[in-house]
Amino acid sequence: MSERTEASVRAEVRAWLEANWNAELSLVEWRGKLADAGWGMPTWPKKWHGQDLPQALAPVVEEEFKRIGAVGTAKAGIRLLAAATILDHGTDMHKEKFLRRILTGEDTWCQLFSEPGSGSDLAGAMTRAEMRGNKWVVNGQKVWTTSAHKADWGLLLARTDWDAPKHQGLSYFILDMRQPGVVAQPLRQMNGHASFNQVFITDAEIAPEFQMGKLGEGWKVATTTLMHERRNADGLRSWATGSTRQGRIYDEERAEIATVMEPYKWYPQRAGRVDLIVERAKATGRNTDPVVRQEIARLLTMSKAAEWTARRARAAQEQGRAQGPEGSLGKLVSSHVARQAARVHTMISGADAMLSGEDGPLNGVIAEILISVPATSIAGGTDEIQRNIISERVLGMPKEPSFDTGKPFRDVPKNTVA
Amino acid sequence: MRFSFSDEQEEFRLVLRRFLAGKSPTTEVRRQMATEQGFDREAWRKLNQEMGLTAVHIPETYGGQGFGDVELGIVMEEAGRALVCAPLLASVLAATAILHGANEEQKRRLLPAIATGDKIATFAFTEANGRWDAGGVAMTATPAGGKFRLDGTKSFVLDGCAADLIVVAARKPGTNGDDGLSLFAVPSDAKELERKPLQVLDPTRKLARLTFNGVEAELIGEEGKAAAAFARTLTLATVYLASEMVGGAERLREDALAYAKMRMQFGRPIAAFQSMKHKQADMLVEVELAKSAAYYAAAAAAEGDDDLPALASLAKAAASDAYMQTAIHAIQIHGGIGFTFDNDTHLWFKRAKASEVFLGDAHHHRELMMRHWNV
Ligand SMILES: Cc1cc2nc3c(=O)[nH]c(=O)nc-3n(C[C@H](O)[C@H](O)[C@H](O)COP(=O)(O)OP(=O)(O)OC[C@H]3O[C@@H](n4cnc5c(N)ncnc54)[C@H](O)[C@@H]3O)c2cc1C
Repeated sequence: MSERTEASVRAEVRAWLEANWNAELSLVEWRGKLADAGWGMPTWPKKWHGQDLPQALAPVVEEEFKRIGAVGTAKAGIRLLAAATILDHGTDMHKEKFLRRILTGEDTWCQLFSEPGSGSDLAGAMTRAEMRGNKWVVNGQKVWTTSAHKADWGLLLARTDWDAPKHQGLSYFILDMRQPGVVAQPLRQMNGHASFNQVFITDAEIAPEFQMGKLGEGWKVATTTLMHERRNADGLRSWATGSTRQGRIYDEERAEIATVMEPYKWYPQRAGRVDLIVERAKATGRNTDPVVRQEIARLLTMSKAAEWTARRARAAQEQGRAQGPEGSLGKLVSSHVARQAARVHTMISGADAMLSGEDGPLNGVIAEILISVPATSIAGGTDEIQRNIISERVLGMPKEPSFDTGKPFRDVPKNTVA
Repeated sequence: MRFSFSDEQEEFRLVLRRFLAGKSPTTEVRRQMATEQGFDREAWRKLNQEMGLTAVHIPETYGGQGFGDVELGIVMEEAGRALVCAPLLASVLAATAILHGANEEQKRRLLPAIATGDKIATFAFTEANGRWDAGGVAMTATPAGGKFRLDGTKSFVLDGCAADLIVVAARKPGTNGDDGLSLFAVPSDAKELERKPLQVLDPTRKLARLTFNGVEAELIGEEGKAAAAFARTLTLATVYLASEMVGGAERLREDALAYAKMRMQFGRPIAAFQSMKHKQADMLVEVELAKSAAYYAAAAAAEGDDDLPALASLAKAAASDAYMQTAIHAIQIHGGIGFTFDNDTHLWFKRAKASEVFLGDAHHHRELMMRHWNV
């Protein structure tokens, strides 16, 4: 096949869309077509629902979708982390069973990593998986599990060996969430939403073929999931808001956003809603205050530079060059952006920042930003952990002395209150 | 200027701290903040009388305890620390406005019931424009047979729906700025007064919008001459609020420290990580500086220092930054649990956010300070 260019890809995708796009199809039927043709995730391998398209040409596909208002594959939430992990570490069976249903949105996923006793220290997980007969039997508790109450499948990190040092005793599983041994209880957050859960796992069962990666190598697989999560941190900013267009498929998409995707409703607010800043400043007249102007400019500078840093990282990846340090910064920078955005929203709103709900600016959206932003520097690995990763792995600074990696996990001091 | 607490004042603080810790545990804060008025009237009356909270700075001739701004600063700081759900700041502001704006007869008539807490009072001065100065007052007062009629809307009124007595700032039609400004007293059952609770970010302190459609009001003090009393009241309010804020900030700092010492990750307490230590040290510096500024402003208020407007603004700017930053750090130090509703940190975080902008944000107060110092 000849070299693909921007023009050739544009022509190709446009022709395909013109032949296939139909707003009266059902959402699942349409996404199934996308998964089969590879235009939903064009950078994925051809063998697995993709087009092997270089990253640099992906925006062309997006533009063509936008041009005619075509709906894309299901992208929001944990499901793409699941897909990325499965693509890297899964067996062909996993890929066949899960990838297509991820893209069509038929399956929803959650990430069962954090526990009451181990959050930053994920490798300290105490949930245990034991082989009984021909099945894995799982017992333990997970917490802060986003969307667990909606999920069909969970990415589970569990301990399979208590005598090995902590990183070596973990294994990675795909857990069927729809079984009696798995109970998800939504936890209320400070912003009033209840998108994360505590998950009680009691004698839940997993078939051996639903283990991913080798026994005792769960940490390696988990690292892949985490890397994708941190890379995509800035992607949260722009996740699906339903189209206002008419047609069955749009109705179904809106319904999906209102139900399965409901836990993510506040995610744009948690990123700070930089997109609202300039208009709010103009509407309130605060754009004439030189101090406010400076703070807005500082925010826009930070947020633009962050966007371009992410692009630089993608471009390097695309051109097959080793990624520079720019690839490790996005998660930390997104916290800075969110916090500065909250500051600026407060300055712009003045006294109105005290009001919420219908009485608050933008019908409560500003208040929701102010009380959601603190999640950004915690979820997906705290700022402190990001700084540790950057300083130790990217900058090669000496590691903190470790107190718990050299010995059997059962001898490591643990939280007594859980 | 005396700038240290006396033994009696330290003792008063200790007693009060213990008392409020008993009366206002967070279980109680949560119970009260979930109610429409945001506090329990009977419980508040008792609490107020036992400790003489709203009475502290009211002279004895008017039924108060006759202490000064330093003691009131202590009360506010401790109330902020315990996140007391009560119309304390509202009543203190109303009493302050009356103390500085009313004639002798009015003070004797209006203040005693505020001092005992039998009457809940508030000061309604800000309007929908959200301005915190005389220039922001657009409500008009028209003379009507010895009394006045008020027209306009007040917003962000502290405990505006619960108050029995509302002290209102309004102006003579056609005037602006400091000109033509007067204070009025309006009972909450006045005709043509509409009170609407506002949905608030900080549920521990309720706000209301009050609409006046020709409400009959009693003039406080002299007509058109309230600018000085108004400014003085706002300056003192700023000092009292700053005191409350540093109390809250210190509580957040201490709770986060206790948590860090207890929580283990990577086989040791998170307090052992240098980044946690540095955060705690930075919090201590910021909170202690803000406390010094609030204490200095309260002492200056007590002594009638001419520089008070600048000192009050300095204290509020420092408190706004310190409280918010401490709240952000406190949640961060708690990790995931800090983002839950069940953990108490967010209660103070929300109070910090609301207090940051109430009476004007740090940027506003830094500007006021510079102007007062002719910079
Ligand atoms: C909105 C939200 C959604 C989430 N969704 C999920 C999910 O779907 N699945 C899931 O598994 N988890 C999820 N989490 C959990 C999240 O990943 C953890 O909260 C986070 O990793 C921190 O862990 P922790 O809460 O146990 O805090 P801790 O690890 O106890 O951290 C407490 C404090 O100690 C600091 N600290 C810890 N270790 C170090 C160190 N070595 N050096 C310096 N400082 C340190 C932390 O930075 C933090 O400030 C979610 C969290 C939030 C807030």
